[in-house]
Amino acid sequence: MPQASTKLACNNVWKLFGPDPHGFLNNIQGEPDPETLAEAGLIAAVRAVDLEVQEGEIFVIMGLSGSGKSTLVRCLSRLIEPTRGQILFNGQDLLTASEREMIEIRRHKMGMVFQHFALLPHRTVLGNVGFPLEVQGVDRARREARALKVIELVGLAGREHDYPRALSGGQQQRVGIARSLAVEPELWFLDEPFSALDPLIRREMQDEFLRLQSVLHKSIVFITHDFDEAIRLADRIAIMKDGALVQVGTPEQLVLKPADDYVAEFTQHVDRAKVLSVGAIMTPATDGPGFAGSLNVDDRVAAIAARVEAAEQPFAVIDAHGERVGQVTRHAVIDVLVGRELGE
Amino acid sequence: MTTTGRGASGTVNPSSAMVTPGFTWSPGRAFWVVAALVSALFYLFGKDWLPKWALSYPRQWNLPLKTEIGVFMNWLVEDATLGPISFQEFTRGVAWLLEWPLNAATSVLATGLMSGPGSSAVQLLPPLSWLAVIAVVVAMGHYARSRGLAALVGGCFLYLAVFGQWHSAMVTLASIVIAVPIGIVGGLAVGIAGYRWRGLERLLTPLLDLMQTIPIFAYLVPILFLFGFGPVAAMIGTIIYAMPPMVRITMLSLRSVPGELVEFGRMAGCSRRQLMWKVLVPAARPGLMIGVNQVIMLSLNMVIIASMIGAGGLGYDVLTSLRRLDIGGGVEAGIAIVVLAVALDRLSDAYARREPRSGSPTRGGLLKRHPWTVTCLLVVLGTGLAGLVIPAFQTYPAQWQITTGNGWSDLVKWINVNFYDALEAIKTALLLNVLIPVKRFLLAMPWAWVTLLLTVGAWQLAGTRLAALVLALCAFIIVNGQWPKAMVSVYLCGISVVIASLIGISAGIVSAPRPRLWQTMRVVVDTLQTLPSFVYLIPVVMLFRVGDFSAMIAIVAYSVVPAIRYTVHGIQKVDPQLIEAGVVSGCTRRQVLWKIQLPLAMPEIMLGINQTIMLALSMLVITALVGTRDLGQEVYIALTKADTGRGLVAGLSVAFIAIIADRMIAAGVARMRRRLGVDA
Ligand SMILES: Nc1ncnc2c1ncn2[C@@H]1O[C@H](COP(=O)(O)OP(=O)(O)OP(=O)(O)O)[C@@H](O)[C@H]1O
Ligand SMILES: [Mg+2]
Repeated sequence: MPQASTKLACNNVWKLFGPDPHGFLNNIQGEPDPETLAEAGLIAAVRAVDLEVQEGEIFVIMGLSGSGKSTLVRCLSRLIEPTRGQILFNGQDLLTASEREMIEIRRHKMGMVFQHFALLPHRTVLGNVGFPLEVQGVDRARREARALKVIELVGLAGREHDYPRALSGGQQQRVGIARSLAVEPELWFLDEPFSALDPLIRREMQDEFLRLQSVLHKSIVFITHDFDEAIRLADRIAIMKDGALVQVGTPEQLVLKPADDYVAEFTQHVDRAKVLSVGAIMTPATDGPGFAGSLNVDDRVAAIAARVEAAEQPFAVIDAHGERVGQVTRHAVIDVLVGRELGE
Repeated sequence: MTTTGRGASGTVNPSSAMVTPGFTWSPGRAFWVVAALVSALFYLFGKDWLPKWALSYPRQWNLPLKTEIGVFMNWLVEDATLGPISFQEFTRGVAWLLEWPLNAATSVLATGLMSGPGSSAVQLLPPLSWLAVIAVVVAMGHYARSRGLAALVGGCFLYLAVFGQWHSAMVTLASIVIAVPIGIVGGLAVGIAGYRWRGLERLLTPLLDLMQTIPIFAYLVPILFLFGFGPVAAMIGTIIYAMPPMVRITMLSLRSVPGELVEFGRMAGCSRRQLMWKVLVPAARPGLMIGVNQVIMLSLNMVIIASMIGAGGLGYDVLTSLRRLDIGGGVEAGIAIVVLAVALDRLSDAYARREPRSGSPTRGGLLKRHPWTVTCLLVVLGTGLAGLVIPAFQTYPAQWQITTGNGWSDLVKWINVNFYDALEAIKTALLLNVLIPVKRFLLAMPWAWVTLLLTVGAWQLAGTRLAALVLALCAFIIVNGQWPKAMVSVYLCGISVVIASLIGISAGIVSAPRPRLWQTMRVVVDTLQTLPSFVYLIPVVMLFRVGDFSAMIAIVAYSVVPAIRYTVHGIQKVDPQLIEAGVVSGCTRRQVLWKIQLPLAMPEIMLGINQTIMLALSMLVITALVGTRDLGQEVYIALTKADTGRGLVAGLSVAFIAIIADRMIAAGVARMRRRLGVDA
C-alpha cells in the first residue's frame, strides 16, 4: 500500500467526567490508575488514546457499550473538550482553534452521522439536507440543487418534500447520511449509524455505505459495537475497552494475532474465510507437479475457496509485482472453512 | 419498632396507614397522639388557661415590614432614579410603550380610529366589521386543524355577536392580542437566558415558584401604585401573571431537545445564534406551543381581575354586574368570557399540535398559494366598504340580538322561591356543624403550638432543611401580624380542599375503569379548567348570597378538577400485571380497587390534592368579593387603597401557606414512592 497522508491524529487524549478533572490530572504524576480515579469520583471515559486515520481509509472504532467510543469521537470532533491531549486535523491542532475557526472547519471539512439520526423534525428531507449549506449562507437555489443531488445519491429521490416522521428508520438514516455529505466533508464521523436499524436494513445500509465510499473516498471514522459490521467495512479497526485502545490493526491482524483475551473474544465467532487473505494461509511454494492457477496475496479466502476446492492441484500465490511468493492447497482452504486452527 | 427519630419512624399522613396494615407504636406516632390530645385541651380550655399573648400575637411585637414597604414605594415613585432618568419617568416610558399598541388593537377591533378628545371624538375609520373578524377566526381554525374547528370557533364568535357581547368581547380580545405576544416573547427571552446560563436558572426557579403561588392581587397593588389605574396597568398585571409558565416551559422544552440534535447543529457549523434559532427553538416548538396556550389561558383568567384596576371589556361587565347583584348581566358576560376562552384555547391548542403537511409547495399565483389569506383580506375589505353603506355589515344589528339576562334572573328567582328553604337548610347545617366549629378550633390554637406541630411534621417527612423552611415561613406570618387571618384562610381552604378531594377522588374512582364515562367526564373537566376563576362566583352568589359558605362552594368548584384528573391518571397507570395478579389470587373488584389500585395510585392522588390546594389558595382573593375575612380580603382591601405594604405582606403570607403545603406534600409523596418502589 502506498503511504497515504495522515488526515487525523490524536496523541494521548484523555477525557475524565466528574468534579475538577483538570486539577486531578495536573496533580498526578504519570498515568492515573483506576483506583485513584474512582477515589476522586471520576470516570475515565477515554484514556491515553493515540490513533491515526489515513486519507481515504475507513477506520472503525469498536468496543462494548460504555467503552467510551462515543466520547472518543466527540473528542475528535471537539464536540466535547478532551481533558488532556492533542488532536491534529490535517496537521492543525484542533484544541487550540478558536470558536470561529472550529465553526469554519465543521462547516466545510467535517461531517457526522448520528445513531438516532438527529433529523430536524420541523424540516422536510430537502430542508434537512440543505441545512448545513444554509448555515454557511449558501443561497437557496444552489443549496437545493446540491441537496437534491445528494438525496439522489442515497436513493431517496422523490421523497424531498416529506417530513422525517413519514420515513422509515433506514430512510431516515439515509437522510442523515445525505445531510452529512452535502458539504463534501474531508473527514466523516459516523457514530453507530446503523445500530438503531433492523438486521436486514442494516446489511442493506452497509452495502450502500460501501458503494458510497467506493465513489467518494472519504476519510472515515466509523463507530460500531458489532464486530461483523466492523470487519465488513473496516480498513483498520481499533478495539476499545474501558476508555483505552487495546489493539489497532486490520481485521486480519486482529483475527490472527489478538492482543489479549478481550480481543480474542470478539474475533472468536467471525467468519474467518471473509477476514483471512490468501497470504495468511499460504505455505512456501514447492516445485511440485504444477499449479492449477494463480491467486493474489490480498484475495480473501472466501472469494477463492470454491476454485481451490474444485482443483486437485494447489494454486500459486503471486504478489503485486507478479512474483510467486507461495502456494495454497485445498487442505489449507478447508481448514479455514471448517474453522480448524491453522497448523493444527 | 424503629429506633431512629425520623425516616423510617411513624408518619403523619393517614394514607400510609392504609398501605401498611396494622398499627405499630413508635416515637413518631406517639408524638401525634399526644399532640392531638393537647390540641383538644387547648380547644376546650385554652381561653382560660393560656396567657393572652399565646393566643393572639401581641401587636407591639410586630415587625414594621408593611410600613417600610410603603415608605420604600413612596421613595421609589418620588425620589428614585435610574441613572439619568427618574424612576417615575421610567414607569411612564414603559406605560407609553404599552399604551400605543393597546390603543391600536382596541381601535382595530372595537372602537375604530378616533380623533379628538374624549366624548366629542369623531370616528375616522370604523373597527373591523363583525363579519370580518368571524371570517378571520374561521380561516385560522381551518388552517390550524379542520373544518370542525373552524365551525366551533366561528360559532363561538357568532355567539358573541348574537348575544350582544360583541363590543366588550372585542375590547377584551384587543388586550389579549397585545398582552399575549408580549408575554410569549418575554417568557421566551427569559427562558432562553435561563437555558444559556445555569446560574440564572437557579435564580429563576424559586422566583417562578413564588410568582405562581403568590395571589395575583398582591402584585396588582404595586403595579397600581406605579402605573396608576387604567388599561395599561391591567395589561402589565396580566403579562406578569401569564409569563412565568412560559419561562418555565421554555427552559424545560429547550432542555429536552435531544442531545444529538444539538450536536448535529454544532457539527453543521452553526453559530450560537443559528443553533438557538434554527435548531433548538424549532425543535422545541411543540413544547413551546403548550406554553403559548398557557399564556393565553392565564391572560383570559386575568380578564376580570384586571378589570378591577381599570381594564374594560367583559371582565368589567362581570364585575359591575356582580357588584349590582345583576345576575342576568353577570351570567351573560361570564358565559361570553367562557365562550371566548374556549375558542382561543381550542385554536391555540390546534396550532400547538399542528404538524406541517408534507407535499411539494404549490406554485402559482398569490390566490393559489394563500387562498385563505387572500379570502380573508377580501372579506375584510368588502365588509368594511359595505358597512359604510349598510350598517348591518359593520355592526351586528341590535334588533337581531337575543338577550338571556331576564331568563337567568327569572331562573334564580324561581329557584329561590321554590328551593329557598332547602338551600338555606343545607347552608345552615353545614355552617353550624362544620364550618364554624373548624374555624373556632383553628383560632383557638396558640400560634406557637401550630408552628411547632408543622415544624415537627416537616422534620419527620424530610429532615432539618424542610423543618427550617417551614419554621421560617410560619415566623414570617406571625411577626407580620397575619396569623389570625392566615388561620381563617387555612380553615376556608382546608374545608374546601377536603370536600373537593372527596368529590374529586370519588369521581375519579368511578370514572377511571369506565372509558366511556371518562370520555364524557373529560369534556366536563376540560371545560371547567378553561373557566376563569371568577365565573364560579356568579351562580354561587345567585343561590347562596355572600359569606363563607358561598366562598367555600366557589373554591370547591374551582379546585376539584386536579383531584379528579390525577386520581384517574393514577389508577389507570397501575401496572395491569398487578391487577391481573390480584384477580388471579381471587380478589373481588372491590378488593382490587382498595387493596391494589388505590394504594399504588396514592402518590399520584396526593399530587392531585396538592394541585387542588394551590388552586384553592389562588381562589382566596377572588372569594374576598363575597365577604370573607381572611388574607384574601386583606389583599383586596390593600388593592382598593393602593396600600402596597399591606398587600404584599398578606400576599406573601398566602404564598407561604402554599409553599408549606406544597413542600410537605411533595416530601410525603416522595416517601410514599420510595416505599412503594415506584420511580418518581
Ligand atoms: N456526560 C457524561 N458525564 C458522565 N459520564 C459520562 C458522560 N458521558 C459518558 N459518560 C460515561 O463515559 C463512559 C463512556 O460512554 P460512551 O457513551 O462514550 O460509551 P459508548 O462506547 O459510546 O457506549 P454505547 O455503545 O452505549 O454508545 C460511560 O461509562 C458513560 O457512563
Ligand atoms: Mg455511543
